[in-house]
Amino acid sequence: MNAASDVGFHAQRQARWHYGEVAFWLIVLACGFVFPTRYLIMTDILRLALFAMSLDLILGYAGIVSLGHAAFFGVGAYAAGLLALHGIINEPVLALIVAGLAAMVLGFATSFLVIRGVDLTRLMVTLGIALLLEALAERFSNITGGTDGLQGIEMQPIFGEISFDMFGKTGFFYSLAVLFVLFLFARRVVHSPFGLSLRAIKNNPLRAAAIGIPVNRRLIAIYTLAAFYAGIAGALFTQTTAIASLDVFAFDRSADLMLVLVIGGTGYLYGGLIGAVIFRMLQEVFATITPQYWQFWIGLVLVVIVLVGRQRLHRWVLYVPNLVIKQFAGRKAVVAVPESDA
Amino acid sequence: MTIALETQNLEKQFGGLRVTRDLSLKIEQGARHALIGPNGAGKTTVINQLTGVLKPNSGRILLEGQDITDLAVHKRVLRGLSRTFQINQLYPDLTPLETIGLAVSERLGHGGDWWRRMGTRSDVNGEIADLLTRFHLLDVMNEQTVTLPYGKQRLLEIAVAIAAKPRVLLLDEPAAGVPESERHDILAVVGSLPRDVTVLLIEHDMDLVFSFADRISVLVSGALLTEGPPDQVARDPQVKAVYLGEEAVNV
Repeated sequence: MNAASDVGFHAQRQARWHYGEVAFWLIVLACGFVFPTRYLIMTDILRLALFAMSLDLILGYAGIVSLGHAAFFGVGAYAAGLLALHGIINEPVLALIVAGLAAMVLGFATSFLVIRGVDLTRLMVTLGIALLLEALAERFSNITGGTDGLQGIEMQPIFGEISFDMFGKTGFFYSLAVLFVLFLFARRVVHSPFGLSLRAIKNNPLRAAAIGIPVNRRLIAIYTLAAFYAGIAGALFTQTTAIASLDVFAFDRSADLMLVLVIGGTGYLYGGLIGAVIFRMLQEVFATITPQYWQFWIGLVLVVIVLVGRQRLHRWVLYVPNLVIKQFAGRKAVVAVPESDA
Repeated sequence: MTIALETQNLEKQFGGLRVTRDLSLKIEQGARHALIGPNGAGKTTVINQLTGVLKPNSGRILLEGQDITDLAVHKRVLRGLSRTFQINQLYPDLTPLETIGLAVSERLGHGGDWWRRMGTRSDVNGEIADLLTRFHLLDVMNEQTVTLPYGKQRLLEIAVAIAAKPRVLLLDEPAAGVPESERHDILAVVGSLPRDVTVLLIEHDMDLVFSFADRISVLVSGALLTEGPPDQVARDPQVKAVYLGEEAVNV
């Protein structure tokens, strides 16, 4: 069956590793050795990247918009904080997973509200859930520490061996490892029939149902998984900064995430990672130039991105790398360009 | 003869408007049944109720003797009821390969598989290759659907419905909007469907209806006007009146 093997080959086209991807991860890893004084900001970027990847899973693949993704980030953050503070689970990796599961439970429970309705309803519902949780966290200050947040968290060594150091080196490599593992998992999932069915649902839910896809069940599944990812990102935040305060639920956090994906693009998993890097660097640069008005410049950049179109920008930015790759490997693209301008 | 698909006293209202009136249809196993009627007769509304997109106000729908009136859309598909749409309902960003691959995966129960990569199951790949070949889509299988010419999209629309291996297939104006040059491909595909697949065809094109159908139901204002073999329906004065207007009545 020649045609069948041909089909198999092409069906796996996107799932194969590209040179550009390998290069991307090598560069990220290299950053950990090249910039030993910048661990804190780099860890911050990794957390944001993971958080953005979580939103990309529901927005870029399943087409679910959310303005309240911080709800899961916050639950993960507080869960990790409480586990460490009260010594319930001292080993960070295990605590990380448990915190992620806590967010996942919330994600599953709220998914039933989110899958109903259209984009606008979803924006409102997700926003509402995040605000609700923020208020709850403030109200039950005996557990959460209220506006003071959780204080005095002391992190135990990872696997009982590797201690967190004051320069954030452990935190960085720990976060990078978590990000990479979860990236690999997400990459596997989005290239499965399940992942493809999500893209079908995003494209045309009517037709998706008409070929036998249980639309709601798939949406619930991916929303729950995304909540797990966001929870892990929140838990990493607490574990690497040793604080958890009310602002983990803040609206800004959810909104920033949208900006990150606008910059990086959706639906190819790297959007959140690249977007996080650019977003934080822009923030840094603008904050040094005009400490008071940096938001103005961020806003301006976003307007330009939307007007010019990200695909065009990507083409410009990737022009040289693509040229090099073409010369050396005879291949077309270095980094997958997002398929839709979501 | 066994009945593949049946409606019993189907009734659908949009506000005060009765778009389906006490409709009882019986479609025999293996039939080539056509549902015709003037614009606004409620043909597509019937299809939407049969497939579960709309819920009837009253009445029942039976698929191979089993009540499917309250079944969700995707569950009816898994029971062997598949459809094409009058206006293409495809995935603009996906390729024909992915579109058909997904339909085949769902039918074989691999659709929820979140770990195994697409394209690693040889049975699925074989079926995809078959369908792509049959529907002349092999050469464009990696193009985004949105970039395909209309005729190819129409073929894909039908291929997706066939990929679900339906026992009952609902074709909603399969040749609508297809340029003359590409019509032949579509008609050939529709004509070569296996005989054990029951087909309900909704169509405006009378040439197509009379060359294809062995039984015709005429729907007017949501109600069944008449039903019978093609030659009988063609001679029916009521049908002539509906289709040719008052002139025919006066003659």
